[in-house]
Formats: sequence, C-alpha cells, structure tokens
Amino acid sequence: MSSTQPPRRIAVTAPRRNRTGGWSARARAEDLHAQPRLGQVYVRSLVRDQLRLSLGVLTVLTVVLGGLPAAFALAPGLRTVDVLGVRLAWLLLGVVAYPLLVGAAWFHVRYAERVERDFTELLNAPGSGAGPAHDGTATGDAPGPGAG
Amino acid sequence: MNPALGFTALAVVLVATVAVGVYGLRLSRATSDFYVASREVSPLWNASAIGGEYLSAASFLGVAGLLMAYGVDMLAYPVGYTAGYLVLLLLVAAPLRRSGAYTLPDFAEERLGSTAVRKVASVFVAVIAWLYLVPQLQGAGLTLETVTGAPRWAGAVVVAAAVTGVSAAGGMRSVTLVQGFHFWLKLTAIAVPAVFLVLAWRSAGTPSLTAPDVPRFPRTTAVDIDQRVTFDVTAPVTITVSGGLDGTSYGMEHAPGGGQRLVRVRLVAGAHTAAAGSTLTFPEGVPVPHKAGTEPATGARWASPLSGAGGRGHPLYAVYSVLLATFLGTMGLPHVLVRFYTNPDGRAARRTTLLVLILLSGFYLLPPVYGALGRIFAPQLLLTGQTDTAVLVLPQITQGGEAGRLLGALATAGAFAAFVSTASGLTVSVAGVVSQDLLRGSTRGFRWASLAAAVPPLVMTVATPGLPVADAIGLAFAVAASSFCPLLVLGIWWRGLTDLGALLGLVAGGGLAAVAVVLTSVRGTGGGWSAALLEQPAAWTVPIAFAVMVTGSLLTRGRISAAAVDRVMLRMHLPEEVGAQPEPGRPGVPVHRV
Repeated sequence: MSSTQPPRRIAVTAPRRNRTGGWSARARAEDLHAQPRLGQVYVRSLVRDQLRLSLGVLTVLTVVLGGLPAAFALAPGLRTVDVLGVRLAWLLLGVVAYPLLVGAAWFHVRYAERVERDFTELLNAPGSGAGPAHDGTATGDAPGPGAG
Repeated sequence: MNPALGFTALAVVLVATVAVGVYGLRLSRATSDFYVASREVSPLWNASAIGGEYLSAASFLGVAGLLMAYGVDMLAYPVGYTAGYLVLLLLVAAPLRRSGAYTLPDFAEERLGSTAVRKVASVFVAVIAWLYLVPQLQGAGLTLETVTGAPRWAGAVVVAAAVTGVSAAGGMRSVTLVQGFHFWLKLTAIAVPAVFLVLAWRSAGTPSLTAPDVPRFPRTTAVDIDQRVTFDVTAPVTITVSGGLDGTSYGMEHAPGGGQRLVRVRLVAGAHTAAAGSTLTFPEGVPVPHKAGTEPATGARWASPLSGAGGRGHPLYAVYSVLLATFLGTMGLPHVLVRFYTNPDGRAARRTTLLVLILLSGFYLLPPVYGALGRIFAPQLLLTGQTDTAVLVLPQITQGGEAGRLLGALATAGAFAAFVSTASGLTVSVAGVVSQDLLRGSTRGFRWASLAAAVPPLVMTVATPGLPVADAIGLAFAVAASSFCPLLVLGIWWRGLTDLGALLGLVAGGGLAAVAVVLTSVRGTGGGWSAALLEQPAAWTVPIAFAVMVTGSLLTRGRISAAAVDRVMLRMHLPEEVGAQPEPGRPGVPVHRV
C-alpha cells in the first residue's frame, strides 16, 4: 500500500506541521524497514509487552465484571444483600463499577506510556549500537548499522 | 404535556446545533477539514465530542426504560457501554490511531492489502450505522409524540433532516463542535431533573423500591394511549374509559355539553386492547396492568439480579451476551473509530479515551435513578409499554407547575441532543465511507453521501414498529462485535491474520449476527431458548467470528507477505517519536515529553 495509488483514500495522513517540536506526528520508519530482522525483534518485543499489559488489565476486567453475574448465580443469597441501604447488585453495577473502569484505564494509560518510553530509551541509549544515526543522513532509529 | 414547551426545546436544540455547525463551516475549508477536523481539536473537547456522539437515544432514554421494566440485570447495558471504551483503550486506541486509517475499511485495506476485505468492511459499516440510526430516529419520533402529540414519523423526519444538513454543510469540524456541546447539554438535561426526582421521592416518604408488591397506581391516574396497546389485567377492576377499548367505542357520542362522556367499564382479568387516542382512568391503589409480553414483577423481584423480572427468559445468558456485545462492540462502531483520528498521535488517543471514560461514568450514574423511581411515580408507562419515555415524563409528573414544565423541556432538549449528535456522527462516518469508496472522496461526494446515509434508516424507522431502544442498539453492538472486533483485535495484535481469513470471519460472524437481528426485528421478542439466542446473538456469533477468522488465516498462511505485515505492525505499534525523522543538525530524537 504505497501512497502512489490514486487518491481513493484522502491523503490526510500526512502531518500538517510538527505539533510538539522536534518530531513529526506520523511514523515513517523506513529505516527500521531497511533492517527487517532487527527491527522485527525490537518491534515484536514492544508488541508483546503492550499486549501483555492489555491482556492483564482485560483479565482483571473480565474476572471482576464477568464474575459478578456468576457470583449472583452461584450464591443466590447475595442477590438480596443490602449494603448501606442499597441492594448489593445495584451498588456494584450502578456505582462501584465506574470508578473501577476509570481506574483500570488510568493504570493502562500510565503503563502503556511507560512501555513506550522504555522502548524509545532502549533505542536511543548511547553505546547500545541502536541509537539513531547522528550524521543527519540516515534517518530514524534503526537498531544497528547496515542496510537490509 | 405542554406542546409549546416541547416545540421550544426542540427548536432551541436545532437552532443551537445549526449555529454551532455554521460556525464550524466557516472554519472548514479544505477537504481534510471536512473529514477529520484537521486533527486540531483539544483533548477535552474531543473527549466531550466522543461522549456526546456516543450517548445516544439508548443511553439517554433506553437504559432507564429497560431498567424500569426489567430490573437490575439491565445495568449490564450502561456498564457494558462504558467498559467497551476500556476494551477499546486496551486493544485498539493507540495502534489504530498510529495506523493512520480513517475508517474501518481503510484499516482493513491497509492491514491486509485487500480491496475485497475493504468492500465487505464498507458494507458492514453501512449496515451497523443503519441499525444504529433506526433506534435514534425511533426515539426522536417517540419523544416528539410524547411532548407534542405529533405523529411518530414527524420526529424522525425532523432529526434526519437536521443531521443530514449539518453533516453535509460542515463535515467533521462542525460535528465535533456540535457534539462537544451536546455532551454537556445531555449531562445537564439528565442530572438536573434527577436531583428534583430524588427530592420528590424523599418528600413522598421514600416509598420502598424493593417491596414485595407489584407496582400500583399511586393516585387516580388517567392513562393516555398514544399507540394501540394490549395489556393484561390481573384482578378485575372498574375504570372510566373514553375512546376505544376491546373493540367498543366508549363516550364518543357527544354529551349535551359538547364534551365527551366518561363511561365506567368493569375490566375482567385477562387481556384487553385499548385503541390509540383513548384515555383510561384507573383508581388509586389498584395494580398496574402491564403491556402484554411484560410480566408484573414485585419490587423485590425487580431489584434482584437474574430474577428474569418483567418476563425475560434466560437472564444469565442474556446478561453475559449483552456484556460481550457491548465490551467488544464499541470498538467496531463506525462513528466511534472516526473520532480517534482527530487525536494528534497514539498517546493522545489513549489519554482522550481515559477522559471519555470519566465523562461516560458520570453520565451513566443517572439513568438508573429514572428507571427506579419511574416504577413509583409513573407506573402507567408499564401499561402503555412506553417505558423509554420515563426520562421525559418523570420531571413533569413529580414537579408541578412551571418548574416541572421547564424540567420537562430540559429533558426533551437533552433527548433531542442525543438523537442529533449520535445520528450526525453516524451519518458523517457512513458518508465518509460511501464517498471514499464510491464517490472518489470529493467534498461534493461527501455531501451526497450524507443523504445516502440518512435516508434508508429513515425509511426503516417509518416502516417498522421497532424494539425497545436500548435493545435495538444492543443488536447493532452485537453485529459490530461479531465483525469488526475480531478484525481489529487480530489485525492489530496477530501477524498471522490473512485477507481470506478476515473476509471469511467478517462474513460468518457479522452475517450470522445480522441474520439474528433481522429475525428478531421481524418476529419481535419471544420466549424459549431460540428467542434468547436470536435476541442476544453476541454470545455465539463473536466466538464464531474469531474462530473462523483464526482458522481461515491458519489455513491460508501462504498469503501472508512478511515484509508487508512487518511494515504495518511497525507503523501501528511504534511510538511516533521513534518513527520520526530527526531534524537535520539535531542529534537524536527528543523522546522525553512527559
């Protein structure tokens, strides 16, 4: 899917300007493409870390929210329990669920950004051999020298 | 109801919408402005716009209506609507933004390099958007009928026209402004009357919601029948009737004074049918007859989970199916995904989603108030079957005089904001897909496509009787969860997805869900397992979609081009600052932006 196709898709993917200073808003990582094997290793580890984080939060979500109906089904006594004058089911599903969801989202945003930060630091670490080219000709952060 | 105030509320919403839209039109000049608001929308405003777009008739009216009729199990809907955003954040938000895809078909083509998958995805975008638009327009018709007495099609036509006009005129930019405004309008419109409602409940001596008794008329109540309805009387009762009941017309011959005579009629236990336009007056304290198909439930049963209150079978299955559909369906809604493109980068997409979750959580605390107190203050809605109007009628029932009318007008304005914002979001996204795929992406094409997006659901709305609003929306979620969810999740996280596998999965999962939706819409709700499976299809269609997509991909492994997959995966998952080109003369790449 190169951009040489006729304009079926409107070409709004290009950045209009650099929004936050030195970097552009779109990834054009041709250089990582140039070294497919190394690039793959790095990106696969990034993807794996992010997926592990997401699946972790998703599992908690599934167990907590998905477990509620099961708990009510298996322990009918819970169905009529009152807490603070409110039926437990109403309290949990009507009120408590929302702060939990927001909390899980906050946790995920925080750690997903940390994973990305660690990844960019790894690439840019001096002496790792994986830093970006400093001569201004090779562009990007391809880990290791040489073209594919 | 006071028609003048109802019309005023509608007019204010429409004028404000058009005004904000025109303001946006002045700002949008280039084609890219039309489509994605140039990605220069501030995070809070973007989050408000996402929230405004997402809170549809189902959230504003439908959740309270279902809760009122069927009890606590229906909380699965609002929780699922919110949790869907969390799942979207976990699995889709940042990679999708980074993929650069503007629509789902874009994503399909970019990830899989197949125009066939793109075409199928386009079809599903249109189908899901239409399914989603129908209940919005139905809700509009119901609302206008409730507050002004206008025929049902009128509200649908007004909203469809307004939405088509706004989106054709201004595109995304104006829609973004309109929807940010609508979110706050909706929150106000549901929050302020809710406060008065709770106060009214307290001043009435906090009548119990969980009493071991069925709903009874709290006072002598005249029930106006807008639509012909069949209801079940459990104990014989004497009522006064004006209009048609059980095929007989009462009190229609004019009395000497010019008015209609009220006739006392003894209703025996069993089914009775009231004609449209009739008025039945029930004495204080008698049990409320329920619309046929809804079983009267005691407060205790209604408040208890998995009780099947209201006569819904297989509550455990239904709850899980709703949760699955809403968890996984949100990411596949076309109007939701388009919004992510207005974020400048993947990180902003995540943070915006977090903000959206906070906004939605605040909103969804409120509909249960209406659903619960509706059983005490407006139980006649259980007779007419119009529990979806609880949010509209409760303020006026509980507050007398001007205050009540103003609160009613506010609720009406919020309802129209709900229809207009969701419908315009859907119209814009369908128009985007249609114009890009069929009309080569011009601004003029976008305007024509807006029309094409809004007309079919309008026809469907006027032609079909319709399900409860939140149920109908749930079906659209089920189709989205069975088609786009596996495409997105597997496409983003699994290198092994092939075009053929995706195609088969889309057709199998989405197709089965769509068939279930059509069957349910045609034959209505029913009992037994077959009805439960068709009314809540997600629990079986989503696994089928995933299974077919994975199996199909594994069987056609040879079709994967490793280099192409690498390129797309790199683009979706790399943080933007890594992929960027360093500026000449500037060593390294600035990465610490915390």
